[in-house]
Amino acid sequence: MSAIFEVERLKKSFGGLDVTKDVSLSMAKGDRIALIGPNGAGKTTFVNLVTGHLQPNSGRVLMDGEDISKFNPMRRVKAGLVRSFQVTRLFSEMTPEEHVALAILQREGKSGRLAGNFHAMPQVMREMGSILETLNLGTLATVPVGEIAYGQQRLLEIALAMALRPKVLLLDEPAAGVPHSDTFLIENALAQLPDDLAVLMIEHDMDLVFRFAKRVVVLAAGEIIFDGSPRAVTDDARVREAYLGSYAHASSAA
Amino acid sequence: MQVFFSIGVDALAYGMVLFIISIGLSVTMGLMRVVNLAHGAFAMIGGYIASYAARDLGLPYGFAIILAVIGTIIIAIPLERFLYRRIYGAPELTQVLMTIGITFCVIGLANYVFGPTLKTIPLPAELQGPVNLGFRTIAAHKLFAIGCGVVVALGLWFLIERTSFGVKLRASVDNTAMAASLGVRTRIVYAASFALAVGLAAFGGVIGAELLPVEPYYALRYMVTFLVVVSVGGAGSIPGALIACLLLGAIDTTGRYLVPEYGEFFFYLAVIAIVWVFPRGLLGRAK
Amino acid sequence: MSATEISAPFEQAKPMRRPWQRDLAGVLIIGVAAVAGYFLFPDNLALLTRIIAIMLLVLSLDLVTGYCGVATLGHAALFGAGAYAAGIAAVTFGITEPLSMVAIGAIAGAVAGLVSGVVILRGHGLAQLVLSIAVIHLFHEAANKASTYTGGSDGLSGIAPDPVFGLFAFDLWGRTAYVFGIGLLILVFVLLRILVRSPFGTLCRGIRQDPIRVSAMGASVKASLIKMYVISGAVAGVGGALNAVSTQVVGLDSLSFTNSAEALVMLVLGGAGSLYGALVGTIVFMWFEHVVSAANPFHWLTIVGALLIAVVLFAPKGLYGTAVTLMKRFIGSRQ
Repeated sequence: MSAIFEVERLKKSFGGLDVTKDVSLSMAKGDRIALIGPNGAGKTTFVNLVTGHLQPNSGRVLMDGEDISKFNPMRRVKAGLVRSFQVTRLFSEMTPEEHVALAILQREGKSGRLAGNFHAMPQVMREMGSILETLNLGTLATVPVGEIAYGQQRLLEIALAMALRPKVLLLDEPAAGVPHSDTFLIENALAQLPDDLAVLMIEHDMDLVFRFAKRVVVLAAGEIIFDGSPRAVTDDARVREAYLGSYAHASSAA
Repeated sequence: MQVFFSIGVDALAYGMVLFIISIGLSVTMGLMRVVNLAHGAFAMIGGYIASYAARDLGLPYGFAIILAVIGTIIIAIPLERFLYRRIYGAPELTQVLMTIGITFCVIGLANYVFGPTLKTIPLPAELQGPVNLGFRTIAAHKLFAIGCGVVVALGLWFLIERTSFGVKLRASVDNTAMAASLGVRTRIVYAASFALAVGLAAFGGVIGAELLPVEPYYALRYMVTFLVVVSVGGAGSIPGALIACLLLGAIDTTGRYLVPEYGEFFFYLAVIAIVWVFPRGLLGRAK
Repeated sequence: MSATEISAPFEQAKPMRRPWQRDLAGVLIIGVAAVAGYFLFPDNLALLTRIIAIMLLVLSLDLVTGYCGVATLGHAALFGAGAYAAGIAAVTFGITEPLSMVAIGAIAGAVAGLVSGVVILRGHGLAQLVLSIAVIHLFHEAANKASTYTGGSDGLSGIAPDPVFGLFAFDLWGRTAYVFGIGLLILVFVLLRILVRSPFGTLCRGIRQDPIRVSAMGASVKASLIKMYVISGAVAGVGGALNAVSTQVVGLDSLSFTNSAEALVMLVLGGAGSLYGALVGTIVFMWFEHVVSAANPFHWLTIVGALLIAVVLFAPKGLYGTAVTLMKRFIGSRQ
């Protein structure tokens, strides 16, 4: 099983504060990994380092064996590394239809075209229709995003990620802001992701983590302290200490 | 050497006038995040009031200055209350349109009330003529402008670093919501700093009338200069604004002396170059 | 889930062919308005032609400000570049064929768009605004100093365009110029309708609403904006060239800050982010200006200022945008 995505000895410090200390991680096709950790563990910094929004002090990021450490965020997306946002980032005046079509066109390198319209591109329309249907957004296809419910906006975030056909998908708290009763919608959506896609999900909702992930990685104070099966994670002494003793230990990394 | 000295003095005087006028803009932009294109209009209003008081009513210079500052603040209060408050936190384009609308109105009204001609503010005898420094003589009003600039800079430094108002102001600039929850009445801080900004603009407009002559298009002519000061210095930074003013004063004055034909051309070229290199301002904070 | 269910909501998408009909309607409206203008104001054709030229400037501004969200006070640089290029081509290089002059104007406008786009997009917020003002002043000063070609502050005169297609000479009453202008306007309008509906148009609207999301999709925000600036420059350049051809002079005022600011006022008055808004805003503003400055030129600036404040306070979507909202509410309440 070869790795599609590797992070090698990533380090980042702000001033004298080591926010990411020597983090290594490897993912294979089809992986479903949850990245968890107490507040201030450096999860968001890790995502920003991986997606190229922050420059690490040292370490490498590899995609399919290719070193993408020098790539800017855009090129990383083109290489197949796509992220979603913790707080929804969508175009409030545009419809789900336009969002997904734009993502498809962008993936195919057609988003710079000065003429034509996606309505007249049967292939794009078909793919867009099937993505929106899969996520139960079909009936909202032509409603401006600013007018649809937040939970459905979260689904659209996932739809956009699907439309970009990534090799590796980083989901930054996909269920954040969604009422607990509606989490199953997100969960169903995640279940629709292609089987060979490698997914790394950052999440606080442990129910969701346990149902979704085949592997759990725990980050605390900038270090990976656990990497193993969901079943083993709650029994791990260091994890218990990181969470339950977090007031004593993690405050220095907050 | 003589030329060099003249350029130096002129640049310093010009830079200080720029500083007095723009520093208020910098503070309010840092605090309220309003792109206020009408700031120059307040300096112009100050100039007109002083000119009217000193020339037409024959009042003493010092009195004219006080009248200009107070008068401009009085004019600005309703503008802040009814127009500016609507655009705090609005998109930039909205702020630009509103404040450019105010600028146009002020220009139109100034043109109507005072006519299109230049208005002078007669200087008192003490500020006319040269002052002998022993090795050189310089025009007294330039020395006065430089002195005023230094006093304003020191006064602001004292106000912001050493008084409780300064503490509240700095807290509000850093994080308005946090300051408000700590009991700082940000609305009053806003209003007070707006008044301070307008008052300083009017003061600078009067002091600098010899260098930036008062006429209806004043507000438009120097708009970019004042904005550049804030942009180059970084919004909310007093040292940044001071450096920016002295730098721009030097560039502009040198250009006028050495290549008068292309003075403005090089000034704008320099502006583009500086903003290009420091898009967030010399001492601006990354957002 | 059956296949019919999947396709059902997208059956509704069929009426999306309608945009073409709406474009046709738009062209017809422009055509009817043009004919009406021709017969109603036969003595004011020069003014109407100038309005058309400024419409092209405002449409061009709409592309970067309304669609992409770039606030600029220096857009007349693109218009002036087109005007001077067409004028210099005619006076210095003897290229007096009107369509060639327009093409030269478009190219010069596109180059000016590239230059000012690269400069202006370097900054954000205040810095962007300052750069845009510096750019227009720089262009203005450059044209002022290059008086050998531009005539400096006296303006560039002696532009004598040939008859259009070798058949229709530019007459004293401005009839040919007017029809020429209408032709250009309709052509540009149709092209821009296609542009704003295209994938690139959608991408640009996305950039205005959330540039970070656009870059997370793997698209370059800056490259897209510069591309739009070049297109916008070509449109403004056509407007400038039309002005040079129709008035046969080019003045420094075409490269002025005031011209830039007024274009922005017209756009916002009509409604940014809509081509119709740009057209409506220009007509209303310029007609108003014509009437008011004829009555009392002294108050013109005051009125523009007051108008701007009123639009910001009471009709932030502009005349066209507000009208559309009211129409929708009206239709909604009747259902």
